Amino acid sequence: MSDINAMPSTAVANNQDVEFWMKEDHHPANGTLLGFWIYLMSDCLIFACLFATYGVLGRSYAGGPTGAELFDLSLVAVNTSLLLLSSITYGLAVLEMQKNRRGTMMAWLVVTGLFGLGFLGIEMYEFAELIHRGAGPQRSAFLSSFFTLVGTHGLHVTFGIVWLITLLFQVGRFGLTPANKRRILCLSMFWHFLDVVWVGVFTFVYLMGVLP
Amino acid sequence: MNMPDAGKLIFGRLTLEAIPYHEPILVATFAGVLVIGAVLLGLITKHKLWGYLWNEWFTSIDHKKIGIMYMVFGVVMLLRGFADALMMRAQQAVAFNGNPGFLPPHHYDQIFTAHGVIMIFFVAMPLVTGLMNYIMPLQIGARDVAFPFLNNFSFWMTVAGGILVMVSLFIGEFAKTGWLAYPPLSGLEASPDVGVDYYIWSLQVAGVGTTLSGINLIATIVKMRAPGMSMMKMPIFTWTALCTNVLIVAAFPVLTAVLVLLSLDRYVGTNFFTNGMGGNPMMYVNLIWIWGHPEVYILILPVFGVFSEVVSTFSRKRLFGYASMVYATVVITVLSYLVWLHHFFTMGSGASVNSFFGITTMIISIPTGAKMFNWLFTMYRGRIQFEVPMLWTMGFMFTFVIGGMTGVMLAIPPADFLLHNSLFLVAHFHNVIIGGVIFGLFAGINYWFPKAFGYKLDPFWGKCSFWFWLVGFWLAFMPLYVLGFMGVTRRMNHFEDPSLQIWFQIAAFGAVLIALGIGAFLIQLWVSYKRREELRDVTGDPWHGRTLEWSTSSPPPAYNFAFTPIIHEADAWWDMKERNQTRRLEGYLPIHMPKNTSAGIYLAAFAFVVGFAMIWHMFLIAGLAFLGLLVTAIGHTFNYKRDFNIPADEVARTEAARTEELAAHV
Amino acid sequence: MSTHTESHDHPDDGAPHSTLKGYMLGFFLAIFLTAVPFWLVMGKVIPNAQTLAVIVLVFAAVQIVVHMIYFLHMNAHSEGGWNMLALMFTAILVVITLSGSIWVMYHLNSNMMPGMSHDMTEQQAKSLP
Repeated sequence: MSDINAMPSTAVANNQDVEFWMKEDHHPANGTLLGFWIYLMSDCLIFACLFATYGVLGRSYAGGPTGAELFDLSLVAVNTSLLLLSSITYGLAVLEMQKNRRGTMMAWLVVTGLFGLGFLGIEMYEFAELIHRGAGPQRSAFLSSFFTLVGTHGLHVTFGIVWLITLLFQVGRFGLTPANKRRILCLSMFWHFLDVVWVGVFTFVYLMGVLP
Repeated sequence: MNMPDAGKLIFGRLTLEAIPYHEPILVATFAGVLVIGAVLLGLITKHKLWGYLWNEWFTSIDHKKIGIMYMVFGVVMLLRGFADALMMRAQQAVAFNGNPGFLPPHHYDQIFTAHGVIMIFFVAMPLVTGLMNYIMPLQIGARDVAFPFLNNFSFWMTVAGGILVMVSLFIGEFAKTGWLAYPPLSGLEASPDVGVDYYIWSLQVAGVGTTLSGINLIATIVKMRAPGMSMMKMPIFTWTALCTNVLIVAAFPVLTAVLVLLSLDRYVGTNFFTNGMGGNPMMYVNLIWIWGHPEVYILILPVFGVFSEVVSTFSRKRLFGYASMVYATVVITVLSYLVWLHHFFTMGSGASVNSFFGITTMIISIPTGAKMFNWLFTMYRGRIQFEVPMLWTMGFMFTFVIGGMTGVMLAIPPADFLLHNSLFLVAHFHNVIIGGVIFGLFAGINYWFPKAFGYKLDPFWGKCSFWFWLVGFWLAFMPLYVLGFMGVTRRMNHFEDPSLQIWFQIAAFGAVLIALGIGAFLIQLWVSYKRREELRDVTGDPWHGRTLEWSTSSPPPAYNFAFTPIIHEADAWWDMKERNQTRRLEGYLPIHMPKNTSAGIYLAAFAFVVGFAMIWHMFLIAGLAFLGLLVTAIGHTFNYKRDFNIPADEVARTEAARTEELAAHV
Repeated sequence: MSTHTESHDHPDDGAPHSTLKGYMLGFFLAIFLTAVPFWLVMGKVIPNAQTLAVIVLVFAAVQIVVHMIYFLHMNAHSEGGWNMLALMFTAILVVITLSGSIWVMYHLNSNMMPGMSHDMTEQQAKSLP
C-alpha cells in the first residue's frame, strides 16, 4: 500500500505563492437567521398540508352546519385587525431595537403580546361558541379540518406569546446583547410569518367558506 | 377520588395485561435483552465508563462524535430490524400445507410493520444522517455544524423514537397496519389498541429530530464553507447532503402534519380519515406519500454521493461529469415531489392523473441513469483498485440498475394494476434500498472508517461481508420477483398453494446468507479493532483521497482543522497535494469551540415520556412531562455561555504530536 | 441558537435594516388589502360566487407578497439570496401540495364515488351511514 500513501510523484513545486491555509482566525457568518427562516419554510409546509386537507374536506359537511351558517365574519374582521396591529407594533419594536432603546422596545413588545392575547381570546370565544352550538370538531370532516387549521395557527400564536414573554425577561436581565437582538429578529420573522398564514386562513377558510 | 380512578389517572390504560408474558417468543427475547443489557451495563460500571460516556459522548456536541453515535444506533437497530426479517422469511418458508408456522397472524402483522418502520426510520435514516454529520463538515473545512447543540438534541430525539419502538415489544404491542399505517385500518375502530399509537409517537418524536438536523446541516453547508469553496467546488457528497437535507426539511413536515391528523382522529374523535361523517381515508394516503416519495430520495441521494467519492478515489480519476452530477441531483430533488401518486395508481384516480404521474416517474429515472453513466465513465480507463468500498460500489451498480428498471416497470399504470401490492413490489423496493442505500452505507463505512478511528477495516472480513450480502440479496429477492409475477400478494402469514413453497425456501436461504453478511461485518469490526496497530493510518489519507476530510489527521482533532483551508479547486485536497502544499506548523491561534451540554438528552427524555404517556392515555403524566420539556427548553435559552477557547498552546501540542507521527511514518 | 462565534459576530449579520416608512407603507397596504375582500364578501357586492372567490384569492396573494416585502423584508439579496431561494422552493411545494392534493382527490372522488363528489349536498350526506 505504500504507493497509495505516497504523494503524487509528478507534482511539481509550482505555485509556491498560493496560500492553502488561513493565517487569521476564520469566522463563518452566523447561521441563526437563515436556519430560522428554513424552519419557517418547513412550518409553512405543515400549514400547506392543513390547507390542502381543508381544501379537500372543507365542503364535506356530513349533513351538519356549513361555513355560511357558522362563520361570524365581523368577529373575524376584528380578529384580523388585532393581528395586523400586533404586526405593526412588533415592527415598531424592531425599529426601537435598532436604535438600542431597550425600554420603548420592551413596551412595544408588551403591546404586541397584548394584541396577540386579544386575538387568542376572540378565537377561543369563537371555538367555544361553535362547540356550544354542536358544531365541534367531531361533527363533520369540514369542522375537523376547520378546527385543526385555525387551531394550529392559534397554537403557533400561543407559542409566540410564550416566547415573547421569555424574551422580555431575557432582554430585561441581559440587555440588548447580540444574541438577544438575534432572537428578537427571529421572533419577528415568526410573528410576521403567522400573519402571512392568517391571510391564507381568513381568505381560504372564512371568506371563501361563506360563499355558496 | 377512589382507587381505580386514581390508578387510571396515573396509569391510563396501562395494566399488567399489557406485558405479553403469554408469547414465548417475546418472553425469550425479553430474557435475552435483559441478560445482554445486564452484562453491558455491568461491564460499563465495572470499567467505570459512565462518566466517560456521559461527558465525552452523550453530552458531546462535536459533530464527529454525534455522527458516530448515529452510526452505532443505526447498526444496533439494524440487528433488530433484521431479526424481524429473518422471522418473516422463516415463517413464510414453513407455513404451507396447513402448517400455521410459528407466528400467529397478529404477531406476524406487527413484525412486518416494525420491520419496515425500523429499517427506514431507525436504520437507514440514522446511518445516512450519521455519515452526513461526520463527513460533511470535514469536507467543507468547517469546525462544527451551524447549531451544535441542536445536533445533539436531534440525535437524542431520534434515539427516543427508536426506544419507543423497542418498548412496544415488551409493553403492549406495535401497529399491525403496515409501515405507513393506512386508515381506516389504523383508525380507532379497526385498531383500538396501542399499536398505532406507538407508531405515531415514535415517528413524531424521531421526526422532530430529523427535521431539526436537516435545518442544521443546510445552514452548515450554506454558511460555513471554507473560503474559496463556491457551490460548484463543493465535494459531491456535500452536494448530495445539501439536497437530502432540503428534502428532509421540505418533506418531514408533511409527515408530521398527516400523523397529527391521524392522532386527532384517534384521540379527539375528529373525522379526517374515517369512513363516515365526511372523512376520507384516501386523503391520508395522498398526504403520506407526498412525504413518502421524497423520503426514498432522502435515503438514496447521500449514498449516491458516497459512490461518487468512492468511485473517483479508487479509480484515481476526477469524477466524470461533476456538473452533470450536481444538476442530476438537483433535478431529482425537485422531481421527487411530482411522483407521489405512483404509490396508489390503483386507487382509481383515472387516466389523466395516472398518466401524468406515470410519466413524471419515468422522467425521474433519467437523471438517475445519467449518474450511473457518470460513474461508469469515471471508472473507464481509470486505475481501479478493488478495495472493499469499491467492491460495494460495483455491487451496487450491478444490483441497483435492476431495481431501477423494475421501478420503471411499476411506473406504467397498467403494469402497476397487475403488480400492485404483490411481492414484485416488495422485491423492487428491497432491490433499490438494499442494493442502493445499504450497499452505499457499507461502502461509506469502509471508506471513512479509517478517518473516524485511525485504522482501516480488515479487508478479508469486509470482502466476506460483501459477498454474503450480494449473493444473499440476489437469492432472497429474485424469488420474490417471480412470485410477484405469479400474483402472490405481500403481508401474508401463510399460503395454501404448495407449489409456491420452494421460492420462499430459496428466499429464506438468501436471508440466512445476508445474516452471515451482517455477522461478517460485526466480526470485521472486532478483528479490525484487534489488529488496529497493523491497520493503523498515520497519514490521515489512507486511500489517497481527493477531498478535504483527508487533509486532517485520522481521527481528526476536536477542532478538525488547526488552520481553515483555502479552496482553489473542486477536489481541494488533491489540488493541494498536486501543488505540494505543506502543513502550516506555526502561528496557532486559540480556537473557539462550543461547549458540551446535557440539555439535549433531558429534552429528549421528556419527549420520550410525553410519547409513552400519550400512548397509554396517561394524560396527567403526559401534561407534566410536556411542562418539563417546555421549562427545560426555556431554561436552556437562558444559558448564553455556550462556547470556550481551545488555547493556542494546546493546539500547538496536538499538531506537534501529529508532526512527530508523520515524521516517524516516513 | 448557535453562539459559538458569539463574542465576535455582529448582531445584524445578514439582518435587514428596517425603516418606519417601510413598516407603515406595508401596514396601510395590508389594511387596504384586508378590508376590501371583507367588504366584498360581507356586503355581497358581487353576486357571482366564482368571480368573488377569484377576486378574494387575488387580494390574498397580493397581500402575502406585501407582507413578505415590508414585514419579512424579503429581497433577492438577504443571506446571499438563500432566503429567496428557500422561499421560492417552498412556494412551489406549497402549490404542488395544494393543487396536487385537490386534483388527485377530486379525481378519486368523482371516479370512485360518482354522484357523491366532495361537495355533496346535504340530502346526499344525510343518506350516509
